[in-house]
Amino acid sequence: MKEMLEALREASRQAIDQAVDMDALETLRIRYLGKKGELTAILKQMGRLSAEERPVVGQLANQIRAELESELDSRKSALAARLQERKLQSETLDVTMPGKELPLGSKHVINTVLDEVTDIFVGMGFSIVEGPEIELSAYDFDRLNIPENHTVREWTDTFYITEDEKVHLRCQTSPVQVRVMERMKPPIRILSPGRVYRKDEIDATHSPMFHQIEGLVVDKGITMGDLKGTLNTLIRKIYGPDTVTRFRPHHFPFTEPSCEMDVQCFECHGRGCRVCKGEGWIELLGAGMVHPRVLEMSGIDPEVYSGFAFGVGLERLVMRRFAISDMRLLYENDTRFLSQF
Amino acid sequence: MKLSREWLREYTPIDVPDKEYCDTMTMSGSKVEGYELTGAEISRVVAGRVLSMERHANSDHMWVCRVDAGQDHILQIVTGAQNVSVGDLVPVALDGSTLPGGVEIHTGKLRGEVSEGMLCSLKELGLEQRDFPYAIEDGIFILQEEGAPGDDIRELCSLNDSVVEFEITNNRPDCLSVRGLARESAAAFHTPLTLPVPTVKGGAGDIRELLSVEIREAELCPRYTARMVKNIRIAPSPKWMRRRLRASGVRPINNIVDITNYVMLEYGQPMHAFDYACLTDGRIVVRRAREGEVLQTLDGNDRPLTADMLVIADAESPVGLAGVMGGANSEITEGTTAIVFESATFSGPSVRHTAIELGMRTDASSRFEKGLDIRGTVPAVDRACELVELLGVGEVLDGMIDVLPGELRETAIALDSARINALLGADIPEEFMVSTLTELGFGVKDGVIAVPSWRGDCTMLADIAEEVARFWGYDRIEPTDIRGAAVQGGYSQKQLFRQKLGRTARAMGYTEVMTYSFVSPSGWDKIRLSADSPLRRAYTILNPLGEDTSVMRTTALPSMLGVLATNLSRRNMSARLYELATVYRKDGGELADERTAMTLGAYGQGVDFYALKGAVETLLKAARTPDVRFAADRDNPSYHPGRCAAVYSGEERIGTLGQLHPDVARAFGLDENTCCAELDAVKLLALEGPEPTYTPLPRFPAILRDIAVVCDAETPVGALTECITGAGSDVLRDVKLFDVYAGPGVPAGRKSVAFSLTLRSEDSTLTDEHAEEAVAKILAALKEKLNAVIR
Repeated sequence: MKEMLEALREASRQAIDQAVDMDALETLRIRYLGKKGELTAILKQMGRLSAEERPVVGQLANQIRAELESELDSRKSALAARLQERKLQSETLDVTMPGKELPLGSKHVINTVLDEVTDIFVGMGFSIVEGPEIELSAYDFDRLNIPENHTVREWTDTFYITEDEKVHLRCQTSPVQVRVMERMKPPIRILSPGRVYRKDEIDATHSPMFHQIEGLVVDKGITMGDLKGTLNTLIRKIYGPDTVTRFRPHHFPFTEPSCEMDVQCFECHGRGCRVCKGEGWIELLGAGMVHPRVLEMSGIDPEVYSGFAFGVGLERLVMRRFAISDMRLLYENDTRFLSQF
Repeated sequence: MKLSREWLREYTPIDVPDKEYCDTMTMSGSKVEGYELTGAEISRVVAGRVLSMERHANSDHMWVCRVDAGQDHILQIVTGAQNVSVGDLVPVALDGSTLPGGVEIHTGKLRGEVSEGMLCSLKELGLEQRDFPYAIEDGIFILQEEGAPGDDIRELCSLNDSVVEFEITNNRPDCLSVRGLARESAAAFHTPLTLPVPTVKGGAGDIRELLSVEIREAELCPRYTARMVKNIRIAPSPKWMRRRLRASGVRPINNIVDITNYVMLEYGQPMHAFDYACLTDGRIVVRRAREGEVLQTLDGNDRPLTADMLVIADAESPVGLAGVMGGANSEITEGTTAIVFESATFSGPSVRHTAIELGMRTDASSRFEKGLDIRGTVPAVDRACELVELLGVGEVLDGMIDVLPGELRETAIALDSARINALLGADIPEEFMVSTLTELGFGVKDGVIAVPSWRGDCTMLADIAEEVARFWGYDRIEPTDIRGAAVQGGYSQKQLFRQKLGRTARAMGYTEVMTYSFVSPSGWDKIRLSADSPLRRAYTILNPLGEDTSVMRTTALPSMLGVLATNLSRRNMSARLYELATVYRKDGGELADERTAMTLGAYGQGVDFYALKGAVETLLKAARTPDVRFAADRDNPSYHPGRCAAVYSGEERIGTLGQLHPDVARAFGLDENTCCAELDAVKLLALEGPEPTYTPLPRFPAILRDIAVVCDAETPVGALTECITGAGSDVLRDVKLFDVYAGPGVPAGRKSVAFSLTLRSEDSTLTDEHAEEAVAKILAALKEKLNAVIR
């Protein structure tokens, strides 16, 4: 019997080693270890053995059973690993093929920059406020201290809605200042973006409708230094920390003192080139200390409070920032343009 | 304003290079637009004396000249001109010279004869006969200037000047003058300023015996000053005057006209000269025009006048349009013997009105519009008379007529250096303030600033702060952070809501567009609005750029369709676009109801009604719009009658979506399957549901049951869904449509609709029996209410 067992051990080992798949292994398990398997068949003959031989053979049989089980298991793992490997192999993809497109819409480039600017100012404690675009001359002109004979009031410059010139399309975002000061008391920190209208024919650098961002700060002790600091922060965040600015005197009816801010030409760094028309500087925005009369007309005592205001054309910021040469692109809305930003 | 630096030096000695001059002026508030050297294009052109002339052997019209041009040898130059004689002094362009227009001259051969340069005409030097009236137009410029062979022509003809062009702001009409800019320049460079006071000898009689002036409209003409000159000899003005006029962009005409222009440039005060002989009764009356009066102005046009225009008249009729232009009937001519110089102050708005009304902006009118110094009339008229005497043009009469109906006022401002520094955030010494103001012509005495009459723009301390700051240097003011009470900033609800809508649209693959607020009214026809549609009640621009941009939009649909059409015509194969567009509605108030409309528009692959509806549903979900419902809208003229839905939140109409009406698609050149949606963002914000609170996750498993029912083909799925949810089952949690079928196996006129139902109890595991019970209840309701029977 011992010989039979040894023969079984030998034969089964070989068979297990040669099994090529899970089914073959299962067949072998049944053949050798099953209830009606060969090992059981051999053990059934144990009765014929002597009492001394029985434990020895029994032990051997158990040992062989354990061995077979372990070999079946390890063969099973090996086969499983190989199977998995083959499967993975067969599932290989061409990873250079394009992904399935998930269309993502883009924000209009004007709003991209606008949101950037408003975020900067919200961070500085500004509220973002809006006002009407079809506006009263009282707000857009009179209470901004714009004199009766100012050219901006002319029909060649401003789009009028009523014959009596009382209602027109606002030509700046400044009337929002007046509306805010009328209902809010200092401290005031507001930013007012929006559409404005001027009677310019459409070309590469002009549009009869464009966007402005108006800023207004009114409080006790606001200085022109604060104005410079605030605008420098804005411009450096938009154009980078190395941007060089200069402030130069100018005139606006609603600020005094007034200034314009130029940035040093990005192209030539101040030496003068085609981009800056030889000046070395590019005019960017107008600003100043709120005119005492404007404060007064809005019910704020200029003896107690001071403030600054600025207005910047958004299109100009956008075009400069993304090197867009023609303003018309912004309003044509060709998706090949829009999706670039 | 163009400023000759040569002229400027007459008042203040500034010799820095042009670039430095311009930069300093710009930074002190007189913005320089640009500058140029007169004669910059001319080089190596000198005076030459013609020594001999011989006929060219191979030409019947050319001359071979020997010319002494101050060079190391006598030059041989060939010319075709016929006006040159031996002994003439002429401009010679030497070998390697340049002329205006980029012309280069080199030694060469003309029909076999060497020519070492070229003799030049006026035109070749970029000049006109007006500059040198003694020269002829078509021929060599025979110089009558004092010069010797070899002298640089730029020196000889005074072409070596720099002209600086300033952008003068509206508040500084005083800087529209050489004297005004000289004052600014002297303050900027701290150079001495000499502004001579004109002196007139006179002696040709008393003006009062010949002329009277009456102002009938003191409001419109606060001052009128006149002087007279007789025995006028009209001739060209001297070279220096012509040169300065030309440098300032004014064409020389004759000595009298040139004097008026010269004084205007020098003092900023427009002047006019009348022919005294043309003034009936020797009277000047400043009055309103009478209706029906017509004046032929100097430009030869007949101007119909109205009563709101101010004229200068004689005893009978107008002889000039006050502040705008003189009349042809009193024009200075060759035969003029006596003239009246007018130097007056007119009301800015009145001049502006007249100029606009008649469509004739002039140099004078644009100055008057800005409001001129009322004290400027006397020095200007004296200067004109001084020039008359200097040029020997005529004899000046004694005295002047100066009508000044009102009083002269002076502005005084207390100097408060601490407040100025507080406003600027600077620490400027008071001495600097005083010296700057003094240089600018302000009087400062005992802490009180007397504002000079030409500085009407300075009325308060803030104005003084600007004067001080611009010469201190804006760049020297330290940038600081805003101090003071902390304020809470942020976005409004409206802005945050719009941002959310935009974000959601972009996440779904829709790209933002931005279109003009003003549109063409033809867009209303293109989207088939009925004639009485309230959307046609729009704000109309009275002076639009064109019909295309003439009304403020009441709907953003045409704008969106225009953009889609642009993209389609450019062969962009598909587009999914959105706009958060402002529309302007008339609501009876003084101003518009400006609302945000969200429009979606799409065409191309994957776009159909349901794709767009899905986008709308997702948007409304993000917007937390409660109780959203869609109903067929057959009456919307812009959309396909069978493919248009009205969108509701409860009973409130919040928008429309659908496939375009084929006529609309055609009108815009779009494909018929183009889909659009319009949502009222203002209503959506008002309806926005509360922020959700946490709902516990289900503790018990759900059971899914699919049902398919057959109903009338006409029955909307929405009705079936409503019926299912309304069937009264307490365990129904969700209903999802998964199939609609009509065809073989389903009777004609009927359709099969399949739903997946999610059933769940919140307090126990649902049993099969309970689930069956619920489904049965639902099926019963479907059968009873909609004749929808299980398939």
